[in-house]
Amino acid sequence: MNSFLTGPLVTAGLAAFLALIISVLDRIVNNYGEVTMDINAGKRNYKVRGGSPLLGTLAAEGIFVPSACGGRGSCGACKVKVLSDVGPHLPTETPYLTPDELKQNVRLSCQIKLKKDIEIELPEELFSVKKFKSKVASIKNVTHDIKEVLFKLENPDSIEFLAGQYVQIVVPPYGNFKESVQRAYSMSSRPGDNGQVELLVRLVPGGIATTWVHQFLKEGDSVELVGPFGDFHVRETPATMVCVAGGSGMAPFKSMLYHMHEEGAHPDKDIWYFFGARSGRDMFYLDELRALEKKMPRFHFVAALSEPSPEDNWTGDTGLITDVLERYIKEKIDASKGLEGYLCGSPGMINACTTVMTRNNIALEKIYYDKFA
Amino acid sequence: MTPLINPAILFFASIFTSNILLSNFLGMCSFISISKDWKSSFGLGLAVTFVLTITAAVSWVVLHFVIAPLGLEYLSFIVFIIVIAAVVQILEMIIDRASPALYMSLGIFLPLITVNCAILGAILFMQIRNYNFIQSVLFAAGSGIGWWLAILLLAAIRERIDKNPVPAGLKGAGITLITIGFMAMAFIGFSGMIAVQ
Repeated sequence: MNSFLTGPLVTAGLAAFLALIISVLDRIVNNYGEVTMDINAGKRNYKVRGGSPLLGTLAAEGIFVPSACGGRGSCGACKVKVLSDVGPHLPTETPYLTPDELKQNVRLSCQIKLKKDIEIELPEELFSVKKFKSKVASIKNVTHDIKEVLFKLENPDSIEFLAGQYVQIVVPPYGNFKESVQRAYSMSSRPGDNGQVELLVRLVPGGIATTWVHQFLKEGDSVELVGPFGDFHVRETPATMVCVAGGSGMAPFKSMLYHMHEEGAHPDKDIWYFFGARSGRDMFYLDELRALEKKMPRFHFVAALSEPSPEDNWTGDTGLITDVLERYIKEKIDASKGLEGYLCGSPGMINACTTVMTRNNIALEKIYYDKFA
Repeated sequence: MTPLINPAILFFASIFTSNILLSNFLGMCSFISISKDWKSSFGLGLAVTFVLTITAAVSWVVLHFVIAPLGLEYLSFIVFIIVIAAVVQILEMIIDRASPALYMSLGIFLPLITVNCAILGAILFMQIRNYNFIQSVLFAAGSGIGWWLAILLLAAIRERIDKNPVPAGLKGAGITLITIGFMAMAFIGFSGMIAVQ
């Protein structure tokens, strides 16, 4: 009896003792007192407690630098230009930074700890990024693996954004995932309809956020959204838009198209929208977009299936979306006002479409897409 | 019973004649993966030496004042692992605060060291060979320096290998393992000169 107990007790006691030393030491050693954060050369100034990573400290002050992984240093999104000296780049940062960024002392804000006064530069639009408390108003299946989720904003109760921008869903810990993560999704709702946010979420097998949305999220649940982010929006030029999407890449274009239709935005732009899917069960919003095409003479919708099955009774274009795109650019699209590319989808699709577009005289700097996919 | 070996000789022996890496083959994984680059090898070797010396001292105290009096030798593996993990954690915090420059060169290697078997190996040698405190600390420091020496030698050799044509099938791990084999054979030349038991 006695020896049964002493072993576990001594081990546990020793572990507890060491844990106690560590936590006491953590209090003493990691106490950096109050430090000053200076943003954009004196425009904003914060006095904060030191000792935590910059990303979290900024978030506590209501400044949300985009971050998809929640501060684990695995997405490389939370880049911030640091003007004061915070030591050389860490090996955990260098894989995510280009040589130019290394030279300008761009850092991953989740990896650098606030130990002394710091001066940083942030793009102005980040200050309009907010954290929204919302309730899930509805969840609809639009295909076998894509859900359309509508969030009703509660606090703040409206969002100002450009059609095409994205928000990040804060995924709370669930199941085997012990840490909260954030994932980016383009908004498919219109900027004019600013009391709610609609997202299209495709189930990615093994995906942390998509599994949560598809299997755990219910109507009425409270969810936090952070945004808006992103540089993907309709450009103020007369050039014709050539938009290509696949799967849930539909989202930003739905927002842009309905925005242009309802509010008459960018009236002189012609729009070609190519949407690719494998077979009929992956195709969605077909009737809505065809109806929109009838109401908007400047909008042309091309849906293509790469592997239509017999029961689809498909009469539209067939083939890979890149081949369909190339055929239309060569034969049907009027390029007299110039062309601009807008892409949303997997990195593979974006690369393939970029190749087709540049081959057909759309300049690389006129091809726009978000890189978070 | 404490062996009568002179601590100074033990220190020398653990560097050269019973090198923890090239005679006992402990700590191989980080040895192979980090030795690509001389600077990182230097940092990791320094960290191993540092952590090994300190954990050996702490473990000796725990062994002789907690484990042995209670007759819990069968738990020593678990206890040593806990001690190593805690000491590494504490060292990381202190270095981070006290010397950012040292943290930059050591910092990322410290968590790696928690699972470096050379550390646990040297501490277990200390236990089964019944070293006293002075012997333990010097043996651990010597083992660390020996490991450091070995990884620096390999890193230097690998930098030269990189500049030479290696048959395609042997590139990377293949030629490295062959090189380590030669190095170990060279170190066997020292073996038996000093008995460390």
